[in-house]
Amino acid sequence: MSDAISRDEVAKVARLARLILSDEELDLYTEQLGQILEHARDMNSLDLADVVATAHPFGITNVVREDVVRPSLDRATVLAMAPDAREDRFAVPSILGEAP
Amino acid sequence: MRSATQIAADVRSGASSAAAELDASLAAIAARNDELNVFLHVDVEGARAAAAEVDAALARGESVGALCGVPIAIKDNLCQVGVPTTCSSKILEGWRPPYNATVIERLLAAGAVPVGKTNLDEFAMGSSTENSAFGPTRNPLDPTRVPGGSSGGSAAAVAAHMTSISLGSDTGGSIRQPAALCGLVGVKPTYGLVSRYGLIAFASSLDQIGPFATTVADAALVLEVIAGHDERDSTSLPEPSPSLVAHVNDGVAGKKIGLVRELFDGADESVVTAVRAAADALGAAGAEIVELSLPELALTLSAYYLIAPAEASSNLARFDGVRYGLRVDAPDVTAMMEATRTAGFGAEVKRRIMLGTYALSAGYYDAYYGQALKVRTLTIAAFTRAYQQVDLLLGATTPSVAFAFGAKTADPMAMYLNDVFTIPTNLAGDPALSVPFGTGEAGLPIGVQLLGPGRSEAGLFAAARVLEIADGRP
Repeated sequence: MSDAISRDEVAKVARLARLILSDEELDLYTEQLGQILEHARDMNSLDLADVVATAHPFGITNVVREDVVRPSLDRATVLAMAPDAREDRFAVPSILGEAP
Repeated sequence: MRSATQIAADVRSGASSAAAELDASLAAIAARNDELNVFLHVDVEGARAAAAEVDAALARGESVGALCGVPIAIKDNLCQVGVPTTCSSKILEGWRPPYNATVIERLLAAGAVPVGKTNLDEFAMGSSTENSAFGPTRNPLDPTRVPGGSSGGSAAAVAAHMTSISLGSDTGGSIRQPAALCGLVGVKPTYGLVSRYGLIAFASSLDQIGPFATTVADAALVLEVIAGHDERDSTSLPEPSPSLVAHVNDGVAGKKIGLVRELFDGADESVVTAVRAAADALGAAGAEIVELSLPELALTLSAYYLIAPAEASSNLARFDGVRYGLRVDAPDVTAMMEATRTAGFGAEVKRRIMLGTYALSAGYYDAYYGQALKVRTLTIAAFTRAYQQVDLLLGATTPSVAFAFGAKTADPMAMYLNDVFTIPTNLAGDPALSVPFGTGEAGLPIGVQLLGPGRSEAGLFAAARVLEIADGRP
Protein backbone atom coordinates (compact mmCIF):
# COMPACT_ATOMS: atom_id res chain seq x y z
CA MET A 1 0.00 0.00 0.00
CA SER A 2 1.20 3.46 -0.92
CA ASP A 3 2.16 6.05 1.68
CA ALA A 4 1.54 8.94 -0.72
CA ILE A 5 -1.67 9.99 1.05
CA SER A 6 -3.12 9.02 4.43
CA ARG A 7 -6.69 8.06 5.29
CA ASP A 8 -7.01 11.23 7.38
CA GLU A 9 -5.87 13.36 4.45
CA VAL A 10 -8.46 11.72 2.20
CA ALA A 11 -11.14 12.46 4.80
CA LYS A 12 -10.01 16.09 4.96
CA VAL A 13 -10.04 16.43 1.17
CA ALA A 14 -13.54 14.95 1.01
CA ARG A 15 -14.72 17.57 3.52
CA LEU A 16 -13.13 20.35 1.45
CA ALA A 17 -14.83 19.00 -1.68
CA ARG A 18 -18.21 18.71 0.09
CA LEU A 19 -18.39 14.92 -0.28
CA ILE A 20 -19.40 12.42 2.38
CA LEU A 21 -17.50 9.11 2.27
CA SER A 22 -18.38 5.84 3.97
CA ASP A 23 -15.63 3.94 5.83
CA GLU A 24 -15.33 1.52 2.90
CA GLU A 25 -15.02 4.42 0.43
CA LEU A 26 -12.38 6.07 2.60
CA ASP A 27 -10.30 2.87 2.52
CA LEU A 28 -10.74 2.42 -1.22
CA TYR A 29 -9.99 6.03 -2.15
CA THR A 30 -6.96 6.13 0.15
CA GLU A 31 -5.51 3.19 -1.73
CA GLN A 32 -6.48 4.38 -5.23
CA LEU A 33 -5.44 8.02 -4.78
CA GLY A 34 -2.20 6.70 -3.28
CA GLN A 35 -1.49 4.67 -6.41
CA ILE A 36 -2.17 7.63 -8.70
CA LEU A 37 -0.01 9.99 -6.64
CA GLU A 38 2.70 7.32 -6.46
CA HIS A 39 2.70 7.18 -10.28
CA ALA A 40 2.94 10.98 -10.38
CA ARG A 41 6.23 10.81 -8.49
CA ASP A 42 7.91 9.89 -11.80
CA MET A 43 7.88 13.64 -12.43
CA ASN A 44 10.44 13.99 -9.65
CA SER A 45 12.98 12.28 -11.91
CA LEU A 46 13.27 15.61 -13.75
CA ASP A 47 15.08 18.68 -12.57
CA LEU A 48 12.26 21.19 -12.93
CA ALA A 49 13.69 23.95 -10.75
CA ASP A 50 14.32 26.35 -13.66
CA VAL A 51 11.25 25.43 -15.70
CA VAL A 52 8.44 27.96 -15.90
CA ALA A 53 4.93 26.59 -15.29
CA THR A 54 2.39 26.62 -18.12
CA ALA A 55 -1.25 26.94 -17.11
CA HIS A 56 -2.54 27.49 -20.63
CA PRO A 57 -1.27 26.06 -23.93
CA PHE A 58 -1.08 29.35 -25.80
CA GLY A 59 -0.27 31.66 -22.89
CA ILE A 60 -3.58 33.41 -23.18
CA THR A 61 -3.92 37.01 -22.07
CA ASN A 62 -7.05 38.88 -21.05
CA VAL A 63 -9.66 39.23 -23.76
CA VAL A 64 -11.81 42.34 -23.47
CA ARG A 65 -14.75 43.75 -25.37
CA GLU A 66 -16.71 46.97 -25.40
CA ASP A 67 -18.94 47.32 -22.34
CA VAL A 68 -22.25 47.26 -24.20
CA VAL A 69 -25.58 46.21 -22.71
CA ARG A 70 -26.92 43.07 -24.40
CA PRO A 71 -29.83 40.76 -23.78
CA SER A 72 -29.15 38.00 -21.25
CA LEU A 73 -31.08 34.93 -20.19
CA ASP A 74 -34.59 35.62 -18.96
CA ARG A 75 -34.75 35.71 -15.16
CA ALA A 76 -37.91 33.62 -14.92
CA THR A 77 -36.39 30.94 -17.20
CA VAL A 78 -33.26 30.70 -15.07
CA LEU A 79 -35.12 30.69 -11.74
CA ALA A 80 -37.44 27.98 -13.08
CA MET A 81 -34.40 25.65 -13.28
CA ALA A 82 -33.62 26.10 -9.58
CA PRO A 83 -34.55 23.43 -7.03
CA ASP A 84 -36.06 26.24 -4.92
CA ALA A 85 -36.66 29.89 -5.80
CA ARG A 86 -38.61 32.51 -3.91
CA GLU A 87 -39.18 36.23 -4.42
CA ASP A 88 -37.09 36.25 -7.64
CA ARG A 89 -34.12 34.72 -5.83
CA PHE A 90 -32.47 31.31 -5.46
CA ALA A 91 -33.49 29.88 -2.09
CA VAL A 92 -31.24 27.70 0.08
CA PRO A 93 -31.58 26.17 3.53
CA SER A 94 -30.41 28.09 6.56
CA ILE A 95 -26.84 29.40 6.40
CA LEU A 96 -26.45 30.81 9.92
CA GLY A 97 -28.45 28.24 11.84
CA GLU A 98 -31.77 30.09 11.82
CA ALA A 99 -34.89 29.19 9.89
CA PRO A 100 -35.15 31.12 6.60
CA MET B 1 -24.28 4.08 -44.64
CA ARG B 2 -23.82 7.02 -47.00
CA SER B 3 -21.38 9.75 -46.02
CA ALA B 4 -22.59 13.10 -44.69
CA THR B 5 -21.17 14.70 -47.83
CA GLN B 6 -23.34 12.39 -49.96
CA ILE B 7 -26.46 12.84 -47.82
CA ALA B 8 -26.14 16.65 -48.03
CA ALA B 9 -25.71 16.45 -51.82
CA ASP B 10 -28.74 14.15 -52.19
CA VAL B 11 -30.98 16.32 -50.03
CA ARG B 12 -29.87 19.44 -51.87
CA SER B 13 -30.48 17.89 -55.30
CA GLY B 14 -33.91 16.56 -54.34
CA ALA B 15 -32.82 12.91 -54.69
CA SER B 16 -33.64 12.64 -50.98
CA SER B 17 -35.12 14.89 -48.30
CA ALA B 18 -34.17 15.89 -44.78
CA ALA B 19 -37.34 14.19 -43.54
CA ALA B 20 -36.43 10.90 -45.28
CA GLU B 21 -32.86 11.00 -43.96
CA LEU B 22 -34.18 11.62 -40.45
CA ASP B 23 -36.63 8.71 -40.76
CA ALA B 24 -33.75 6.42 -41.76
CA SER B 25 -31.70 7.63 -38.81
CA LEU B 26 -34.58 7.18 -36.34
CA ALA B 27 -35.22 3.67 -37.68
CA ALA B 28 -31.57 2.71 -37.18
CA ILE B 29 -31.70 4.11 -33.64
CA ALA B 30 -34.92 2.20 -32.87
CA ALA B 31 -33.35 -1.01 -34.17
CA ARG B 32 -30.32 -1.07 -31.85
CA ASN B 33 -30.53 1.58 -29.13
CA ASP B 34 -31.97 -0.79 -26.50
CA GLU B 35 -29.13 -3.23 -27.13
CA LEU B 36 -26.27 -0.69 -27.35
CA ASN B 37 -27.45 2.19 -25.07
CA VAL B 38 -26.10 4.86 -27.43
CA PHE B 39 -28.65 7.67 -27.02
CA LEU B 40 -29.77 8.94 -23.63
CA HIS B 41 -32.42 11.05 -25.32
CA VAL B 42 -33.76 11.03 -28.88
CA ASP B 43 -35.24 14.42 -29.70
CA VAL B 44 -37.81 13.22 -32.25
CA GLU B 45 -39.92 16.36 -32.15
CA GLY B 46 -37.02 18.82 -32.38
CA ALA B 47 -35.33 16.80 -35.12
CA ARG B 48 -38.53 16.63 -37.16
CA ALA B 49 -38.91 20.40 -36.86
CA ALA B 50 -35.30 20.98 -37.96
CA ALA B 51 -35.68 18.58 -40.90
CA ALA B 52 -38.96 20.20 -41.95
CA GLU B 53 -37.27 23.59 -41.88
CA VAL B 54 -34.52 22.35 -44.21
CA ASP B 55 -37.02 20.81 -46.63
CA ALA B 56 -39.18 23.96 -46.57
CA ALA B 57 -36.16 26.19 -47.25
CA LEU B 58 -35.17 24.01 -50.22
CA ALA B 59 -38.77 24.07 -51.51
CA ARG B 60 -38.64 27.87 -51.40
CA GLY B 61 -35.49 27.73 -53.50
CA GLU B 62 -33.25 28.96 -50.69
CA SER B 63 -29.72 27.69 -50.31
CA VAL B 64 -29.00 25.52 -47.27
CA GLY B 65 -25.55 25.04 -45.71
CA ALA B 66 -22.90 22.37 -45.99
CA LEU B 67 -24.70 19.83 -43.78
CA CYS B 68 -28.01 20.18 -45.62
CA GLY B 69 -30.43 17.71 -43.99
CA VAL B 70 -27.73 15.54 -42.40
CA PRO B 71 -28.73 13.87 -39.09
CA ILE B 72 -26.05 14.25 -36.43
CA ALA B 73 -25.64 12.83 -32.90
CA ILE B 74 -24.54 15.12 -30.05
CA LYS B 75 -22.53 14.17 -26.97
CA ASP B 76 -24.64 14.82 -23.89
CA ASN B 77 -22.26 17.38 -22.40
CA LEU B 78 -23.23 19.94 -25.06
CA CYS B 79 -26.11 22.28 -24.28
CA GLN B 80 -29.10 22.35 -26.59
CA VAL B 81 -32.14 24.48 -25.76
CA GLY B 82 -34.91 22.46 -24.18
CA VAL B 83 -33.22 19.10 -24.75
CA PRO B 84 -32.27 17.16 -21.58
CA THR B 85 -28.52 17.49 -21.00
CA THR B 86 -27.12 15.23 -18.29
CA CYS B 87 -23.35 14.71 -18.75
CA SER B 88 -24.42 11.14 -17.87
CA SER B 89 -24.69 12.32 -14.25
CA LYS B 90 -27.53 12.06 -11.76
CA ILE B 91 -26.66 15.57 -10.62
CA LEU B 92 -28.00 16.98 -13.92
CA GLU B 93 -30.75 14.44 -14.58
CA GLY B 94 -33.80 16.18 -16.01
CA TRP B 95 -32.06 19.51 -16.59
CA ARG B 96 -32.89 21.30 -19.84
CA PRO B 97 -30.47 24.06 -20.91
CA PRO B 98 -31.83 27.55 -21.57
CA TYR B 99 -29.32 28.20 -24.37
CA ASN B 100 -27.55 26.48 -27.26
CA ALA B 101 -23.84 25.69 -27.38
CA THR B 102 -22.18 27.63 -30.20
CA VAL B 103 -21.52 24.35 -32.06
CA ILE B 104 -25.27 23.57 -31.98
CA GLU B 105 -26.06 27.02 -33.42
CA ARG B 106 -23.51 26.47 -36.18
CA LEU B 107 -24.78 22.97 -37.01
CA LEU B 108 -28.36 24.25 -37.27
CA ALA B 109 -27.24 27.19 -39.41
CA ALA B 110 -25.50 24.71 -41.75
CA GLY B 111 -28.70 22.67 -42.15
CA ALA B 112 -27.74 19.74 -39.90
CA VAL B 113 -30.43 17.89 -37.96
CA PRO B 114 -29.43 17.05 -34.36
CA VAL B 115 -31.25 13.80 -33.53
CA GLY B 116 -30.37 13.36 -29.88
CA LYS B 117 -27.90 13.21 -27.03
CA THR B 118 -25.37 10.40 -26.67
CA ASN B 119 -24.02 8.58 -23.64
CA LEU B 120 -20.61 9.37 -22.12
CA ASP B 121 -18.51 8.64 -19.08
CA GLU B 122 -19.92 10.90 -16.37
CA PHE B 123 -18.67 14.45 -16.99
CA ALA B 124 -16.41 12.97 -19.72
CA MET B 125 -14.20 11.27 -17.11
CA GLY B 126 -13.31 7.84 -18.42
CA SER B 127 -12.09 5.79 -21.35
CA SER B 128 -14.85 3.19 -21.75
CA THR B 129 -18.26 4.86 -21.15
CA GLU B 130 -18.60 2.45 -18.20
CA ASN B 131 -18.73 5.47 -15.84
CA SER B 132 -22.12 6.65 -17.10
CA ALA B 133 -24.83 6.91 -14.43
CA PHE B 134 -27.21 5.59 -17.09
CA GLY B 135 -25.40 2.36 -17.95
CA PRO B 136 -22.54 1.60 -20.33
CA THR B 137 -22.66 1.91 -24.12
CA ARG B 138 -21.77 -1.24 -26.06
CA ASN B 139 -19.40 -1.32 -29.03
CA PRO B 140 -21.55 -1.91 -32.15
CA LEU B 141 -18.71 -3.94 -33.72
CA ASP B 142 -18.65 -6.36 -30.76
CA PRO B 143 -21.25 -5.71 -28.03
CA THR B 144 -19.19 -7.63 -25.44
CA ARG B 145 -16.60 -4.85 -25.63
CA VAL B 146 -16.46 -1.18 -24.73
CA PRO B 147 -16.74 1.53 -27.41
CA GLY B 148 -14.06 3.57 -25.66
CA GLY B 149 -14.73 6.87 -23.97
CA SER B 150 -15.54 9.27 -22.86
CA SER B 151 -17.42 10.04 -26.11
CA GLY B 152 -18.42 6.37 -26.45
CA GLY B 153 -22.04 7.09 -27.36
CA SER B 154 -21.12 9.49 -30.16
CA ALA B 155 -18.66 6.93 -31.57
CA ALA B 156 -21.19 4.09 -31.29
CA ALA B 157 -23.90 6.17 -33.01
CA VAL B 158 -21.76 6.45 -36.14
CA ALA B 159 -20.36 2.90 -35.93
CA ALA B 160 -23.94 1.54 -35.70
CA HIS B 161 -24.95 3.68 -38.72
CA MET B 162 -27.52 5.59 -36.64
CA THR B 163 -26.00 8.82 -37.98
CA SER B 164 -23.14 9.45 -40.41
CA ILE B 165 -21.48 12.03 -38.14
CA SER B 166 -21.46 13.07 -34.49
CA LEU B 167 -19.84 15.49 -32.08
CA GLY B 168 -17.71 14.57 -29.09
CA SER B 169 -15.29 16.35 -26.78
CA ASP B 170 -11.64 15.48 -26.20
CA THR B 171 -9.83 16.39 -22.99
CA GLY B 172 -7.23 13.60 -22.94
CA GLY B 173 -8.29 11.44 -25.89
CA SER B 174 -12.07 11.25 -25.50
CA ILE B 175 -12.69 11.58 -29.25
CA ARG B 176 -9.62 9.85 -30.70
CA GLN B 177 -9.69 6.79 -28.42
CA PRO B 178 -13.35 5.81 -29.07
CA ALA B 179 -12.85 6.61 -32.78
CA ALA B 180 -9.98 4.10 -32.81
CA LEU B 181 -11.99 1.46 -30.93
CA CYS B 182 -15.04 1.86 -33.19
CA GLY B 183 -13.20 2.12 -36.55
CA LEU B 184 -13.91 5.82 -37.20
CA VAL B 185 -12.14 9.06 -37.97
CA GLY B 186 -12.04 11.25 -34.84
CA VAL B 187 -10.50 14.70 -34.52
CA LYS B 188 -9.20 16.75 -31.57
CA PRO B 189 -8.79 20.24 -33.06
CA THR B 190 -6.28 22.90 -32.06
CA TYR B 191 -7.21 24.35 -28.66
CA GLY B 192 -9.41 27.38 -29.33
CA LEU B 193 -10.34 26.46 -32.91
CA VAL B 194 -13.84 25.39 -31.85
CA SER B 195 -15.79 27.45 -29.33
CA ARG B 196 -16.36 25.74 -25.98
CA TYR B 197 -19.38 27.95 -25.21
CA GLY B 198 -22.10 25.55 -24.07
CA LEU B 199 -19.74 22.62 -23.52
CA ILE B 200 -20.10 21.68 -19.86
CA ALA B 201 -16.54 22.11 -18.62
CA PHE B 202 -14.36 19.23 -17.42
CA ALA B 203 -10.81 20.66 -17.71
CA SER B 204 -11.02 24.06 -19.35
CA SER B 205 -7.41 24.36 -20.54
CA LEU B 206 -7.64 20.97 -22.31
CA ASP B 207 -11.26 20.48 -23.54
CA GLN B 208 -11.98 20.73 -27.26
CA ILE B 209 -15.08 19.75 -29.25
CA GLY B 210 -14.54 17.74 -32.43
CA PRO B 211 -16.19 15.41 -34.96
CA PHE B 212 -16.57 11.68 -35.51
CA ALA B 213 -17.11 10.48 -39.08
CA THR B 214 -16.66 7.43 -41.29
CA THR B 215 -14.56 9.35 -43.82
CA VAL B 216 -11.79 11.92 -43.59
CA ALA B 217 -13.72 14.28 -45.89
CA ASP B 218 -16.78 14.16 -43.62
CA ALA B 219 -14.66 14.92 -40.55
CA ALA B 220 -13.13 17.90 -42.37
CA LEU B 221 -16.61 19.08 -43.43
CA VAL B 222 -18.01 18.99 -39.89
CA LEU B 223 -14.95 20.70 -38.42
CA GLU B 224 -15.19 23.44 -41.04
CA VAL B 225 -18.82 24.05 -39.97
CA ILE B 226 -18.16 24.23 -36.21
CA ALA B 227 -14.75 25.99 -36.19
CA GLY B 228 -14.06 29.71 -36.15
CA HIS B 229 -13.94 32.58 -33.68
CA ASP B 230 -16.71 32.99 -31.12
CA GLU B 231 -16.76 36.06 -28.89
CA ARG B 232 -18.61 34.07 -26.22
CA ASP B 233 -15.49 31.93 -25.56
CA SER B 234 -12.54 34.00 -24.38
CA THR B 235 -10.14 31.18 -25.36
CA SER B 236 -11.45 31.11 -28.93
CA LEU B 237 -8.77 31.73 -31.60
CA PRO B 238 -9.29 35.11 -33.28
CA GLU B 239 -9.67 33.87 -36.86
CA PRO B 240 -12.49 32.50 -39.03
CA SER B 241 -12.94 28.79 -39.76
CA PRO B 242 -10.08 27.44 -41.90
CA SER B 243 -10.50 25.87 -45.33
CA LEU B 244 -10.21 22.11 -44.74
CA VAL B 245 -12.35 20.13 -47.21
CA ALA B 246 -10.52 21.73 -50.13
CA HIS B 247 -7.22 20.31 -48.84
CA VAL B 248 -8.28 16.74 -48.09
CA ASN B 249 -6.67 15.42 -51.27
CA ASP B 250 -3.47 17.46 -51.02
CA GLY B 251 -1.42 14.32 -50.26
CA VAL B 252 1.85 14.15 -48.34
CA ALA B 253 4.45 14.48 -51.10
CA GLY B 254 7.48 16.34 -49.81
CA LYS B 255 6.25 16.31 -46.19
CA LYS B 256 8.41 15.12 -43.33
CA ILE B 257 6.59 12.90 -40.87
CA GLY B 258 8.09 11.87 -37.52
CA LEU B 259 7.43 8.37 -36.23
CA VAL B 260 7.54 8.92 -32.46
CA ARG B 261 8.79 5.98 -30.40
CA GLU B 262 7.02 7.12 -27.20
CA LEU B 263 3.70 7.17 -29.09
CA PHE B 264 3.61 3.44 -29.76
CA ASP B 265 6.12 1.82 -27.37
CA GLY B 266 4.34 -0.70 -25.16
CA ALA B 267 1.31 -1.07 -27.45
CA ASP B 268 0.09 -4.50 -28.56
CA GLU B 269 2.08 -6.04 -31.39
CA SER B 270 -0.80 -5.67 -33.87
CA VAL B 271 -0.98 -1.94 -33.07
CA VAL B 272 2.77 -1.45 -33.52
CA THR B 273 2.56 -3.32 -36.83
CA ALA B 274 -0.27 -1.04 -37.97
CA VAL B 275 1.66 2.11 -37.05
CA ARG B 276 4.73 0.91 -38.97
CA ALA B 277 2.55 -0.01 -41.96
CA ALA B 278 1.02 3.46 -41.84
CA ALA B 279 4.51 4.97 -41.90
CA ASP B 280 5.29 2.83 -44.96
CA ALA B 281 2.07 3.95 -46.68
CA LEU B 282 2.85 7.62 -46.04
CA GLY B 283 6.39 7.01 -47.29
CA ALA B 284 5.06 5.36 -50.45
CA ALA B 285 2.89 8.45 -51.03
CA GLY B 286 5.97 10.66 -51.06
CA ALA B 287 6.51 11.63 -47.42
CA GLU B 288 9.88 11.36 -45.76
CA ILE B 289 9.62 9.31 -42.57
CA VAL B 290 11.93 10.25 -39.71
CA GLU B 291 12.16 8.15 -36.53
CA LEU B 292 12.05 10.37 -33.45
CA SER B 293 12.22 10.07 -29.69
CA LEU B 294 10.53 12.60 -27.39
CA PRO B 295 11.36 11.26 -23.89
CA GLU B 296 9.37 14.04 -22.16
CA LEU B 297 6.13 12.46 -23.39
CA ALA B 298 6.60 9.59 -20.93
CA LEU B 299 5.75 11.99 -18.09
CA THR B 300 2.62 13.51 -19.59
CA LEU B 301 0.26 10.90 -18.13
CA SER B 302 1.27 11.87 -14.61
CA ALA B 303 0.96 15.58 -15.38
CA TYR B 304 -2.43 15.12 -17.02
CA TYR B 305 -3.88 13.16 -14.11
CA LEU B 306 -3.05 16.08 -11.82
CA ILE B 307 -3.94 19.00 -14.13
CA ALA B 308 -7.25 17.63 -15.42
CA PRO B 309 -8.59 16.64 -11.96
CA ALA B 310 -7.40 19.97 -10.52
CA GLU B 311 -9.37 21.89 -13.14
CA ALA B 312 -12.31 19.50 -12.75
CA SER B 313 -12.45 19.94 -8.98
CA SER B 314 -12.82 23.67 -9.57
CA ASN B 315 -15.28 23.39 -12.48
CA LEU B 316 -17.50 20.87 -10.70
CA ALA B 317 -17.76 23.05 -7.60
CA ARG B 318 -20.66 24.74 -9.38
CA PHE B 319 -22.83 21.65 -8.85
CA ASP B 320 -24.01 22.57 -5.38
CA GLY B 321 -27.79 22.12 -5.48
CA VAL B 322 -28.48 25.86 -5.57
CA ARG B 323 -29.18 27.05 -9.11
CA TYR B 324 -29.97 23.94 -11.21
CA GLY B 325 -29.88 20.17 -11.14
CA LEU B 326 -30.26 17.85 -8.19
CA ARG B 327 -30.85 19.02 -4.62
CA VAL B 328 -30.94 16.66 -1.67
CA ASP B 329 -32.57 18.48 1.23
CA ALA B 330 -30.77 18.91 4.55
CA PRO B 331 -31.21 21.23 7.56
CA ASP B 332 -28.44 23.68 6.65
CA VAL B 333 -26.80 24.78 3.43
CA THR B 334 -23.47 22.98 3.88
CA ALA B 335 -25.19 19.70 4.69
CA MET B 336 -27.47 20.23 1.65
CA MET B 337 -24.44 20.69 -0.63
CA GLU B 338 -22.70 17.62 0.82
CA ALA B 339 -25.81 15.46 0.53
CA THR B 340 -26.45 16.69 -3.03
CA ARG B 341 -22.91 16.11 -4.30
CA THR B 342 -22.58 12.78 -2.51
CA ALA B 343 -25.80 11.48 -4.08
CA GLY B 344 -25.30 13.16 -7.46
CA PHE B 345 -21.73 12.25 -8.44
CA GLY B 346 -20.49 8.77 -9.33
CA ALA B 347 -17.33 7.07 -8.04
CA GLU B 348 -14.91 8.20 -10.77
CA VAL B 349 -16.06 11.81 -10.60
CA LYS B 350 -15.62 11.78 -6.81
CA ARG B 351 -12.16 10.23 -7.21
CA ARG B 352 -11.07 12.98 -9.59
CA ILE B 353 -12.61 15.79 -7.56
CA MET B 354 -10.68 14.57 -4.51
CA LEU B 355 -7.46 14.09 -6.46
CA GLY B 356 -7.76 17.61 -7.84
CA THR B 357 -8.71 19.14 -4.50
CA TYR B 358 -5.69 17.45 -2.93
CA ALA B 359 -3.31 18.51 -5.72
CA LEU B 360 -4.44 22.13 -5.29
CA SER B 361 -4.50 22.16 -1.48
CA ALA B 362 -2.09 24.11 0.71
CA GLY B 363 1.13 22.19 1.29
CA TYR B 364 0.79 19.96 -1.77
CA TYR B 365 0.27 22.50 -4.55
CA ASP B 366 3.95 22.85 -5.42
CA ALA B 367 4.68 19.13 -5.16
CA TYR B 368 1.89 18.04 -7.48
CA TYR B 369 -0.01 20.68 -9.46
CA GLY B 370 3.02 22.99 -9.73
CA GLN B 371 5.24 20.15 -10.93
CA ALA B 372 2.59 19.09 -13.45
CA LEU B 373 2.42 22.58 -14.96
CA LYS B 374 6.20 22.49 -15.42
CA VAL B 375 5.97 19.12 -17.15
CA ARG B 376 3.38 20.75 -19.39
CA THR B 377 5.97 23.37 -20.34
CA LEU B 378 8.47 20.61 -21.18
CA THR B 379 5.83 18.79 -23.25
CA ILE B 380 5.17 21.90 -25.32
CA ALA B 381 8.93 22.41 -25.76
CA ALA B 382 9.36 18.79 -26.89
CA PHE B 383 6.66 19.15 -29.54
CA THR B 384 8.04 22.51 -30.66
CA ARG B 385 11.46 20.89 -31.09
CA ALA B 386 9.92 18.05 -33.10
CA TYR B 387 8.01 20.42 -35.38
CA GLN B 388 11.22 22.24 -36.21
CA GLN B 389 12.37 18.96 -37.79
CA VAL B 390 9.16 17.53 -39.24
CA ASP B 391 5.70 18.65 -40.42
CA LEU B 392 3.59 16.03 -38.67
CA LEU B 393 3.98 13.19 -36.18
CA LEU B 394 2.69 9.64 -36.33
CA GLY B 395 1.94 7.16 -33.54
CA ALA B 396 -0.71 4.84 -32.16
CA THR B 397 -4.02 6.14 -30.81
CA THR B 398 -4.52 3.37 -28.22
CA PRO B 399 -2.39 0.55 -26.79
CA SER B 400 -4.91 -2.10 -27.91
CA VAL B 401 -8.14 -2.73 -29.78
CA ALA B 402 -11.47 -2.44 -27.91
CA PHE B 403 -11.34 -4.26 -24.56
CA ALA B 404 -14.02 -6.23 -22.69
CA PHE B 405 -16.44 -4.74 -20.17
CA GLY B 406 -15.03 -4.73 -16.65
CA ALA B 407 -11.47 -5.35 -17.84
CA LYS B 408 -10.12 -2.14 -16.30
CA THR B 409 -12.85 -0.86 -13.96
CA ALA B 410 -11.29 -2.16 -10.73
CA ASP B 411 -7.97 -0.39 -11.25
CA PRO B 412 -8.10 3.34 -12.12
CA MET B 413 -4.41 3.42 -13.17
CA ALA B 414 -5.00 0.61 -15.70
CA MET B 415 -7.86 2.62 -17.21
CA TYR B 416 -5.80 5.84 -17.24
CA LEU B 417 -2.93 4.11 -19.07
CA ASN B 418 -5.29 3.67 -22.01
CA ASP B 419 -4.88 7.41 -22.67
CA VAL B 420 -1.07 7.39 -22.67
CA PHE B 421 -0.72 8.14 -26.41
CA THR B 422 -3.53 10.70 -26.69
CA ILE B 423 -2.84 12.90 -23.66
CA PRO B 424 0.38 14.65 -24.80
CA THR B 425 -1.38 16.63 -27.57
CA ASN B 426 -4.01 17.97 -25.18
CA LEU B 427 -1.32 19.31 -22.86
CA ALA B 428 0.32 21.05 -25.81
CA GLY B 429 -2.97 22.42 -27.20
CA ASP B 430 -2.12 20.98 -30.61
CA PRO B 431 -4.44 19.11 -32.99
CA ALA B 432 -4.44 15.36 -33.59
CA LEU B 433 -6.71 12.82 -35.21
CA SER B 434 -7.24 9.08 -35.27
CA VAL B 435 -7.86 7.28 -38.54
CA PRO B 436 -8.62 3.55 -38.91
CA PHE B 437 -5.68 1.61 -40.30
CA GLY B 438 -5.67 -2.18 -40.27
CA THR B 439 -7.21 -4.61 -37.82
CA GLY B 440 -6.04 -6.51 -34.75
CA GLU B 441 -7.41 -9.13 -32.37
CA ALA B 442 -10.76 -10.61 -33.47
CA GLY B 443 -10.73 -8.45 -36.60
CA LEU B 444 -11.35 -5.30 -34.56
CA PRO B 445 -10.19 -1.95 -35.95
CA ILE B 446 -6.93 -0.23 -35.05
CA GLY B 447 -6.57 3.55 -35.12
CA VAL B 448 -3.33 5.32 -35.91
CA GLN B 449 -2.79 8.84 -34.69
CA LEU B 450 -1.53 11.83 -36.66
CA LEU B 451 -0.39 14.89 -34.72
CA GLY B 452 0.61 18.36 -35.87
CA PRO B 453 1.44 21.82 -34.59
CA GLY B 454 -1.33 24.33 -33.81
CA ARG B 455 -3.59 25.11 -36.80
CA SER B 456 -2.22 22.20 -38.91
CA GLU B 457 -5.63 20.54 -39.38
CA ALA B 458 -5.54 20.76 -43.19
CA GLY B 459 -2.24 18.87 -43.27
CA LEU B 460 -3.55 16.27 -40.81
CA PHE B 461 -6.62 15.61 -42.96
CA ALA B 462 -4.48 15.30 -46.09
CA ALA B 463 -2.22 12.71 -44.40
CA ALA B 464 -5.23 10.86 -42.97
CA ARG B 465 -6.76 10.72 -46.44
CA VAL B 466 -3.58 9.04 -47.74
CA LEU B 467 -3.95 6.39 -45.03
CA GLU B 468 -7.66 5.99 -45.74
CA ILE B 469 -6.91 5.23 -49.39
CA ALA B 470 -4.01 2.91 -48.50
CA ASP B 471 -6.31 1.03 -46.11
CA GLY B 472 -8.76 0.35 -48.94
CA ARG B 473 -11.34 3.14 -48.58
CA PRO B 474 -10.95 5.13 -51.82
